[in-house]
Amino acid sequence: MSSIRVLVGTRKGAFVLESDGKRERFDVHGPLFGGWEIYHLKGSPADPNRLYASQTSGWFGQQVQRSDDGGKSWEPVGNEFAYDGVPGTHQWYDGTPHPWEFKRVWHFEPSLDDPDDVLAGVEDAALFRSKDGGKTWREIAGLRGHGSGPKWMPGAGGMCLHSILLDPSEPKRMFIAISAAGAFRTDDGGATWRPINRGLHSQYIPDPEAEVGHCVHHIAMHRSRPGVLYMQKHWDVLRSEDAGESWHEVSGNLPTDFGFAIDVHTHEPETIYVVPIKSDSEHYPPEGKLRVYRSRTGGNEWEALTRGLPQRDCYVNVLRDAMAVDALDPCGVYFGTTGGQVYVSADAGDSWSPIVRDLPAVLSVEVQTLP
Amino acid sequence: MIRVVLPAHLRSLAKVDGDVDLEVGGAVTTRTVLDALEARYPALRGTMRDRATRRRRPLVRFYACGEDLSHAEPDAPLPEAVARGEEPFLVVGAIAGG
Repeated sequence: MSSIRVLVGTRKGAFVLESDGKRERFDVHGPLFGGWEIYHLKGSPADPNRLYASQTSGWFGQQVQRSDDGGKSWEPVGNEFAYDGVPGTHQWYDGTPHPWEFKRVWHFEPSLDDPDDVLAGVEDAALFRSKDGGKTWREIAGLRGHGSGPKWMPGAGGMCLHSILLDPSEPKRMFIAISAAGAFRTDDGGATWRPINRGLHSQYIPDPEAEVGHCVHHIAMHRSRPGVLYMQKHWDVLRSEDAGESWHEVSGNLPTDFGFAIDVHTHEPETIYVVPIKSDSEHYPPEGKLRVYRSRTGGNEWEALTRGLPQRDCYVNVLRDAMAVDALDPCGVYFGTTGGQVYVSADAGDSWSPIVRDLPAVLSVEVQTLP
Repeated sequence: MIRVVLPAHLRSLAKVDGDVDLEVGGAVTTRTVLDALEARYPALRGTMRDRATRRRRPLVRFYACGEDLSHAEPDAPLPEAVARGEEPFLVVGAIAGG
């Protein structure tokens, strides 16, 4: 029988939540790396016992932790992230040039077929790759070499490369997203990149339809249709049918289209999930009601999923990497909140229950479906 | 033998329980103590000094004998009591953030 391992990164450590396939009772392990910010943990699709964790601290900098036994033991590996060549400058909040400075890893994306091959999306925005299990890191410099880098600027959370999507049908194609630059695509394994932001409209930048400068919060795809992309932008939920060449808004009847997280049902490529958040100045759900919204039509038509979620006095946020799905049937959906709750739905969102209620603020949630 | 006291987060990263005793060849300075510490515990590389510039990280402080040595030249000799192992060299995470 399959089992589930949920990897939770929080402001004060990591937690591993394990259950059998029923997803009714979870064992909670942790905190791991207690007191450190754990921005992200992710397992290798090629070897589920190989995990990577981004451990970071404003005092002591970045560590990369690696486990080869499914999270029972961990070893620090390489933490040297040196930008290729002269780093140059990007825009600072006040519009002045600011030197590129490495701060932390926001997201790991292990290769689909080699546990030692892993990508890291970092702040200040860049993409790094390790081919030796995290011991050494080298920048994929073509991304910042695109030429628009001097125009990128940080969002409120920092200038982070937070989303990495690998195209399972085209090994040399990948998509990334940066706050606040936008989405980019490579078709040649990272040598060259181009922005894919046509159709995005952002009134908070001088040219609302600029090629770069958009605050993309997260992007998602379904493995069976890698040309169809979904995006939660600062405001607006969008969809692309053509691998990012163009986007159109699918916010439809959402109560607000601001938010961070977006994900796709494992078995239904047209079923997507978002968590609407009231506004960019009020990072909590509208009306104090925590509601996941599900569209079974690839956007535009949305239904509120509320059963088991607090429907009064709830003022938590759900961050961009804090939602995930498992591969069981029915599809399990998971998300964590800044209030320290991690919720699970074992019926594709129809009903929810908390796995844990009182963790530190949750930064990321990933799920592994184990044989 | 130089005695080094690490903050809790760096002790857990280096997987040590208490103070660290280090042999430091030649002059005993902040730089040679940190070099010896990082050589013994590679996981500490980048945690006290920036990996590229080798400058002290902003929220890390170095104390000894009741003095704040954080702004001293890294090649300046540490106090004799530290060099003789009578007093520890303290690596401290600055109080910040409320």
